[in-house]
Amino acid sequence: MPESPIVEIRNVSFGYDAARPVLRNIELTIPRGAVVGIMGQSGCGKTTLLRIIMGAYLPSSGEARVLGHATRSLDGARLYEMRRKMGMLFQFGALFTDMSVYENVAFPLREHAELPEELERDLVMLKLQAVGLRGAAHLMPTELSGGMARRVALARSIALDPRLILYDEPFTGLDPISFGVIVRLIRSLNDSLGATSIIVTHDVQEALDVVDYVYFMAAGRVIARGRPDEIRASPEPFVNQFVNGKPDGPVPFHYAAPEYAADLELAVA
Amino acid sequence: MPELTQFEALRRRLERLGATVTSQVWRLGFASRFLAYLVLHSGTALRRYRLTIAEVYFAGVLSLVIILVSGLFVGMVLALQGYDTLQRFGASESLGVLVALSLVRELGPVVAGLLFASRAGSAITAEIGLMKATEQISAMEMMAVDPIARVVAPRFWGGVISMPLLAALFSAAGIFGGYLVGVQLIGVDAGSFWSQMQAAVDVREDILNGVIKSLVFGVAVTWISVFEGYDAVPTAEGVSRATTRTVVISSLSILALDFVLTALMFTGGNH
Repeated sequence: MPESPIVEIRNVSFGYDAARPVLRNIELTIPRGAVVGIMGQSGCGKTTLLRIIMGAYLPSSGEARVLGHATRSLDGARLYEMRRKMGMLFQFGALFTDMSVYENVAFPLREHAELPEELERDLVMLKLQAVGLRGAAHLMPTELSGGMARRVALARSIALDPRLILYDEPFTGLDPISFGVIVRLIRSLNDSLGATSIIVTHDVQEALDVVDYVYFMAAGRVIARGRPDEIRASPEPFVNQFVNGKPDGPVPFHYAAPEYAADLELAVA
Repeated sequence: MPELTQFEALRRRLERLGATVTSQVWRLGFASRFLAYLVLHSGTALRRYRLTIAEVYFAGVLSLVIILVSGLFVGMVLALQGYDTLQRFGASESLGVLVALSLVRELGPVVAGLLFASRAGSAITAEIGLMKATEQISAMEMMAVDPIARVVAPRFWGGVISMPLLAALFSAAGIFGGYLVGVQLIGVDAGSFWSQMQAAVDVREDILNGVIKSLVFGVAVTWISVFEGYDAVPTAEGVSRATTRTVVISSLSILALDFVLTALMFTGGNH
């Protein structure tokens, strides 16, 4: 019997209020072991979708099943139980600024497992070694570059060996070297941990190099899906504009405005 | 029609007033539920007492300088003003009583509470608000750690424990300041200063009531501080507004609560 998908989103709609839907009839399936990208313009609803997968928001309609649980049916304790099997990398790392790198990575272990100090140290060093920052264990978050902070946050998010790792805009603001490191880590950690990864990003070109499958979103809907090569060759005008970074197209260069001449109060001949 | 326009304007003003009152009542209800949840989920803060002790250090020990220096000066001013009045009635020997009762009953809890709100309360709000703005609170939730139990509860109990101690130290510093000015500078008899103070200040009526006041102020200020931080709009401006609200609401609450508590404690006919 084939394994059930790790995330199933069935006809999900969501809005903060009824008048402004953010997600509309989303269908999405994430198979186990894959690295899947959810891409689209800022404000298209992809982070909201990520929050639905996290269980932070409940769908207004439809069903979200994550790690075998319908998120709607989970109470607080069972939601936290599910989240212990998940890791999340936030956009800017979200490291605890009053704790050292070591303490940040040790945080989930200390909160959820009363391990002997020696074992805790071995585990933290193992995770830091995996992201290449074992030597930075004593530093404080303020002493780290953006790329290093992202790697520490990644080490923290895999501290409990999660089955599902979520990445919220993991490439934002990184220099090319840090960027390359994060891309390599996403793939290698996913494969070595036997996990499944979901990357929410608008850095399309870069993300297409690392993902196995892509869902492309616009205005709260999935408008295209496929393997990276299929997305690159997509005839869908919005996807084409987005992937190739064209300044004008379905997303116009100009924000909606009255006629230019009228705005300048020029007489029309 | 002008009548209709005026009526419409009045209706809109009443609507706005109603909306403001309703939203404030909702917010108060939310803050009360927040406090109940916080108290019920204080197990982590109490079991892992080091978390709470760290917050006692943050809210209490780091406020010591401002509390002690302010207390000293308030006591010195009390002694100067008090002596000026008392000597007109030939009662300058009662200076110690005046300084001690003023501080222990009133100025200690109130001024220490106001300083605590400005120094520690605003810092607690800013810290929790910034943790929210930088997604540290969300990160904790994603790690299946309840931020109210792990972040808010230790800060709440740290503040509640610190406040009565700070008020007591404020009063002690004030009495010492009063002694410096009254006895050392002006020349009031040291024996009268201390013995009259000892005879007139009652442990239950004065000191215990002062401690109860400072405990109530501690709960109020720390509750407001943690709630404003947790409820802050997660932007730089939002945190700034929340910090300001903490200081303003805490200060007004202290003064209002002080009136109520004083009315309950010290108007029984004994004093």
